[in-house]
Amino acid sequence: MTTTPKPVGKVNAAGLERTEYKGVPSTLCPGCGHDSISNQIISMAFDMGLQPHNVVKFSGIGCSSKTPAYFLGTSHGFNSLHGRMPSIATGATLANNSLLAIGVSGDGDTGSIGFGQYKHMIRRNVPMIYIIENNGVYGLTKGQFSATSDEGQKLKYYGENALPSLDLCLEAIIGGCTFVARSFSGDAKQVQALLKAAVAHRGTAVLDIISPCVTFNNDPQSNKSYDYGKKNEVPLHEIDFIQGGYVPAREEITVDYAEGELIEVKMHDGSYVRLKKLGRDHDPRNRARAVGLLDEAQREQTFITGLLYYEEPRPILSETLNAPEIPLTALPEAQLRPTKDALDKLMQSFM
Amino acid sequence: MCALNIANEVQTGAANSGEPIVNDFTIMAATKNGSGSQTSNSVIVKSLFRMGIPVNGKNLFPSNIKGLPTWYSIRVSKDGYTARRPHNEIAIVFNQDTAAEDIANLPPDGVCLIPADWKWGQSRSDIIYYELPVKELMAKTEIPADLKDRIGNMVYVGAVAQLFGIPLEIIYEALLDNFNRKEKAARLNYNVVEIAYNWTAENLPKRDVYRFEKMNETQGKIMISGNEAGALGSLFGGMTVAAWYPITPSTSLIDGVLDYKHLRRDAETGKDTVAVVQAEDELAAIGMIVGAGWAGARAMTSTSGPGISLMAEFAGLAYFAEIPCVIWDITRLGPSTGLPTRTSQGDVLFAHFLGHGDTKQICLLPATVEECFEFGWRSFDIAEEYQAPVFVLSDLDLGMNNWMGEPFTYPTESIKRGKTLDKIQLEEFFAKYGEWYRYKDYDGDGIPYRTIPGTDHPRASYFTRGTGHTERATYSEKSSDWVANMHRLRLKMDVAREKLPQPFIDYNADKKVGIVSFGTNEPAIHEARNWLSAKGTQTNYLRIRSLPLASSVHEFINQHEKVYIIENNFDGQMSQIIRMEMNDTRHVESLALGDSLPMTPDWIVSKIWEGN
Ligand SMILES: Cc1ncc(C[n+]2csc(CCOP(=O)(O)OP(=O)(O)O)c2C)c(N)n1
Ligand code: SF4
Ligand SMILES: [Mg+2]
Repeated sequence: MTTTPKPVGKVNAAGLERTEYKGVPSTLCPGCGHDSISNQIISMAFDMGLQPHNVVKFSGIGCSSKTPAYFLGTSHGFNSLHGRMPSIATGATLANNSLLAIGVSGDGDTGSIGFGQYKHMIRRNVPMIYIIENNGVYGLTKGQFSATSDEGQKLKYYGENALPSLDLCLEAIIGGCTFVARSFSGDAKQVQALLKAAVAHRGTAVLDIISPCVTFNNDPQSNKSYDYGKKNEVPLHEIDFIQGGYVPAREEITVDYAEGELIEVKMHDGSYVRLKKLGRDHDPRNRARAVGLLDEAQREQTFITGLLYYEEPRPILSETLNAPEIPLTALPEAQLRPTKDALDKLMQSFM
Repeated sequence: MCALNIANEVQTGAANSGEPIVNDFTIMAATKNGSGSQTSNSVIVKSLFRMGIPVNGKNLFPSNIKGLPTWYSIRVSKDGYTARRPHNEIAIVFNQDTAAEDIANLPPDGVCLIPADWKWGQSRSDIIYYELPVKELMAKTEIPADLKDRIGNMVYVGAVAQLFGIPLEIIYEALLDNFNRKEKAARLNYNVVEIAYNWTAENLPKRDVYRFEKMNETQGKIMISGNEAGALGSLFGGMTVAAWYPITPSTSLIDGVLDYKHLRRDAETGKDTVAVVQAEDELAAIGMIVGAGWAGARAMTSTSGPGISLMAEFAGLAYFAEIPCVIWDITRLGPSTGLPTRTSQGDVLFAHFLGHGDTKQICLLPATVEECFEFGWRSFDIAEEYQAPVFVLSDLDLGMNNWMGEPFTYPTESIKRGKTLDKIQLEEFFAKYGEWYRYKDYDGDGIPYRTIPGTDHPRASYFTRGTGHTERATYSEKSSDWVANMHRLRLKMDVAREKLPQPFIDYNADKKVGIVSFGTNEPAIHEARNWLSAKGTQTNYLRIRSLPLASSVHEFINQHEKVYIIENNFDGQMSQIIRMEMNDTRHVESLALGDSLPMTPDWIVSKIWEGN
């Protein structure tokens, strides 16, 4: 007699199925670029075998900031205040430096109200993946210009944008970020590879992902529209991520070594990002080149994608502050409260 | 006779009689900010304290780094009173810019110490002048020229010591303390003190009636500022994260944390078990502690009014999303930048209701350095027990001045983490209830159970948001969900009001007049009640120590024919809170000052006598 086994989904290294990395159903507009990114986060977490309880999700306020509810439903999450996710993540990762923090923000959330916090998070090297779902518009408040809107862009109610746009990757590099990447929500493969590399990074990893708003900013003229993105995206490299030590190793993603030149960037945990150079010759360890490239691209109104800048990680905030290696939240009471003797001695010095 | 005169009659000794007045007068040192007078004044205060004399020093300083006038009052009181006095008997007039005013303010028979170099002459015949040749005396010292300006103020320390009686060896000890036992610095200053002391002995025969005499009233006591006390309390309270942005008068609280952080250094690893971040602003400072509190840290920030203004949105979020954190507000005078170096109790309404929508924040109201220490550690327990922000409302007077106090009592209870479920407790919870919902009231006290990120259990997570949510922490825009949650939050605060630090009450059923107050009016009220009592007005007293108000406040008010709510803000904010909660407050009168200075007993007595 033969038994037909119950069909089961593919299980990853953590013993979980892909569906277990999903969140509640999205309430964003159908076709919104933000949903594609949520999907990539789900795939990345499944592929890498992340333990959901080790992941914390953060966001500010905006359509983009709603998305942490839509992925990794069994991880703790915190949808905080407009522009102030960096401070929440700073405190939480200081409290517990063993958590893998994934933050999702928007271009309004990061580039305007939260610009100061964004820059200071980078400066402090808060260990987190900081994703900007950049649609060049305020989605949730219905279509105002954001600081990343293109100069000269036209919007239905707000006329023409007279101001130059801010490049959040450029700002990150100047601010001392050690991992800066740009991608396009429609480019599943590249988003995935960059997300995986960001997980392996220790420190702030900025991912600015162009993510079209199909409701308020899908004018083909806008360089954050889907059509424009598809046409004008200039990938720097073809990227593959080769898993290392951070998460249980799975089989290697094989790549085709045949075409083009290859460079490998070693991540903190021993994994590699393998970059296959295409048209341009970009070594992501060259800061001045990265800045120049972005500047040039901004003038040409193209956006280049890939790992723009990478540097050996510097100390993360808890290290800078001489905090213990184990999480502060794991300290026993004996280490939290000095002894009575210590207090009595101290009192003597005030007499 | 006007009320104030009656009060004066009670308080002033018989200066005219020529009888010595011992340990019962006030010295005011008028100097220029940044001139080094802070050291001189601290040394005098510390020396008097070491002589066993009850003493209190208050710094009235300008919002300026160098050059503007500053006054420091030193009150000695054999009866142990520490409130500010409206007058001083002795003036150290070391600032030409304010000298005329400082001399004019002296009472008849007052004493004026003034540099002889100014050649100001003696404009008043009813006071006693002692002229000190500051330049000449400084010339005799070996002080390097660049330090002469800063150390010049030590001249008046020597003169005060000689004229009113402080032994030189006590001054030297106080100097050593002041300079962290560094002998070289102490010697340099002492040299000036000694020269001035000897010159005074030889050249200025004593003509006034004021004297210090050793007592035994400070034995076993400590002298410390409220901010240092709060810092120590926080360190003994298991604080693991502090985030702050500099602002007077709260900065010295975090300075205290940094000064004593070594108490929390792990001897084995050399690591600090408390992380202190100087944030980019108060928006970030509170964000960091809310994030840290959410992740399971015991987190604190310290600020003042302008910072509290920036923290409003996060305070509302933390209240609504039920995240523990502690916020010290060392209150200064607002609105706006206001008088940034003057004291106030003007943030009580704002802090209690901080956040848009319907919020009622827990506030602790320390009045003494002992309470600053106690609330320092207890605030974390309260924050975790109620899963809510806790505001500790101190003020500039308590925070930045040195106060006598009893040595601090070691925390009487072990650290309380409230209803926080770890992996095993969560497992037990599921076994008992078959579920766990983040915002569900399982115990009928409005306080739900929480988990900490990183808890290794497949059902430990929940999603935190400032948007409407169900008891399962899922998003909801249903008005029934909203209202149910608000009812639970209200219940939680109603439970808290009876369990937070309860009012201090001095009650006797025979007395018909009640005084209600909070915080640093304490010393003025204590003294005023004694004067009132001596003149036949007996009062009961209740000091509120937390918000929301305990029901005993309502009871106390109902027990009296007349109740005065005394506070140091302009609008009578506590009295507004009381009126909001009580039906019949016709017999309640608000005595609200808010004049930028610590309250005096004189003001209280005159106000109450006006009303009787
Ligand atoms: C303090 C504050 N001011 C304003 C708002 C209103 N608001 C909500 S979302 C948003 C803009 C969001 O834009 P973006 O970050 O680009 O997100 P998107 O919706 O485009 O994904 C604004 C202004 C708010 N929530 N809080
Ligand atoms: S408004 Fe734009 S950004 Fe918001 S959900 Fe719709 S498509 Fe996405
Ligand atoms: Mg946007």
